[in-house]
Amino acid sequence: MFRLLKDKIYSKLMLVFTLASVSLVLLIGIGLYYKSLPLLHKLSWGTLLTSSEWRPLKGLFGFFPFIMGTLWVTAIAIIIALPLCLLTSFYITEYAPARIRKILIPFVNLLSGIPPVIFGVWGVLFIIPLIQNHIAPHFVEFSTGYSVLAGGVVLAVMIFPLIVSIVCEVLMTIPHELKNASLALGATKWETIKKVLLRKAKPGIIAATVLAISRAFGETIAVLMVCGNNVAVPHSVFDPGYPLPALIANNYGEMLSIPMYESALMFAALLLFIIILLFNIISRLILVRLERGLSE
Amino acid sequence: MTDNPHISIQHLNVQIGNHAILKDITLNIPNKKVISIIGPSGCGKTTLLKSFNRLLDDTADVKVTGKVLVDGENIYDPNVEVTHIRKKMGLLSQRPYPLPMSIYDNVAYGPRIHGTRKKKDLDEIVETQLKATGLWNEVKDRLHAPATRLSIGQQQRLCLARGLAVEPEIILGDESTSALDPVSTSIIEDLFVSLKEKYTIVLVTHILRQARRVSDYIVFVYMGKIIEFGPTEELLLNPKEELTKEYVKGFIS
Repeated sequence: MFRLLKDKIYSKLMLVFTLASVSLVLLIGIGLYYKSLPLLHKLSWGTLLTSSEWRPLKGLFGFFPFIMGTLWVTAIAIIIALPLCLLTSFYITEYAPARIRKILIPFVNLLSGIPPVIFGVWGVLFIIPLIQNHIAPHFVEFSTGYSVLAGGVVLAVMIFPLIVSIVCEVLMTIPHELKNASLALGATKWETIKKVLLRKAKPGIIAATVLAISRAFGETIAVLMVCGNNVAVPHSVFDPGYPLPALIANNYGEMLSIPMYESALMFAALLLFIIILLFNIISRLILVRLERGLSE
Repeated sequence: MTDNPHISIQHLNVQIGNHAILKDITLNIPNKKVISIIGPSGCGKTTLLKSFNRLLDDTADVKVTGKVLVDGENIYDPNVEVTHIRKKMGLLSQRPYPLPMSIYDNVAYGPRIHGTRKKKDLDEIVETQLKATGLWNEVKDRLHAPATRLSIGQQQRLCLARGLAVEPEIILGDESTSALDPVSTSIIEDLFVSLKEKYTIVLVTHILRQARRVSDYIVFVYMGKIIEFGPTEELLLNPKEELTKEYVKGFIS
């Protein structure tokens, strides 16, 4: 009797804790909205989202440059990382001998354990001069190196282990016999990868990409160190950008004497929150549809 | 027995790690017949089958010595193109593994890889092979539906059609009916019997009754060695070796 009671209490307790942590998401959203209300009363959503005027002292808050900065950096990171990640994953799971595979996987995972600030320093010391002296001169007249490209490269390296480990996991669940079926028809390994494995792993690859993009949206310190933090909409990869997380991290606690500034930063956080939320919902929908198409 | 067997195995040894899976296998496989490889689980019969089209290549720590001659060409010769060897053989695995694409694309997969591009040619191949496996009437209205929507028995016939589409000489079946219901099983068995007019068929099975129903010859493998090879009735009803006798009577399995 007592044991059963204990069981009941524990299960209820777990429910409470689970609900508490889940509702935290909701609470954060509401909190951010509430905190950005002063700004929202003064300026409309339309102006806030589409205006490029960022003059806090005059009470002008246009978030368009920050939104674009975030999107540029994230897009560059994914464009660089995804092909590399896929090739790496296919090498690890399909080509590498078992012994090398056993070394490679922990090594890739090790990358994800490196603190972001170290990636930032690496970006400043290595990527910035590389872009400034060797890459940018071929395309534009002048670049300091601090650019959305630098941010993208650093981010790409940071999301690399995340994508690789998920995609490897997915690839290893594909039955050996399916591979053999293709090989037995006289296909090469590469043809098998391209036409069979890639298709079979598509939902997994999308899921990994979504996770990586969510991570990239929010990554702050490493990006902030290399992307120039200039309030302007980037027009090329060599232009500096100012992503939303960097805006919050750079200014929170410092510029709060300016009226509305705190509210503006809260709105920036809310924007980030909404972008990530929307992105996750959309990708989930895509994934569900894809899985249905494959499993039926 | 024929003069030029499609598959001739000479002193084949397969070792995985320190474990010898196949020991000194020598066997000539008669053309255009159905040959069953029988034996208890773990005796090496699937490994033997896989050694015919070098599907062992991907296994870790595998060592193969000896020769497997396919049309007189040693497939373990380092200069041999493995894709060219595999094209000669259609493989039917234990469970159907349709490729993640439509019914049509499954059958057209092999021909496309080997260079057939014209839609008219592909259409013809798809129709011919789906007819050959008795699937055409069941699927002709939904050729572009995902292959996974077919029943499991239909999927297995699709996999057979897919293998036939690359115009092999040999069909390898690795317990190809073990996941199927009795009706689908008998359809596949009948297909094997009718296909031997054109192809040499090697099947791995652990069902003696199936071996008896479909095959002309039987190879009995035990602990990595060939114990006996002979015409089906003779081997099953009048085995020469003591081990074979015990196996067919059900004393060892």
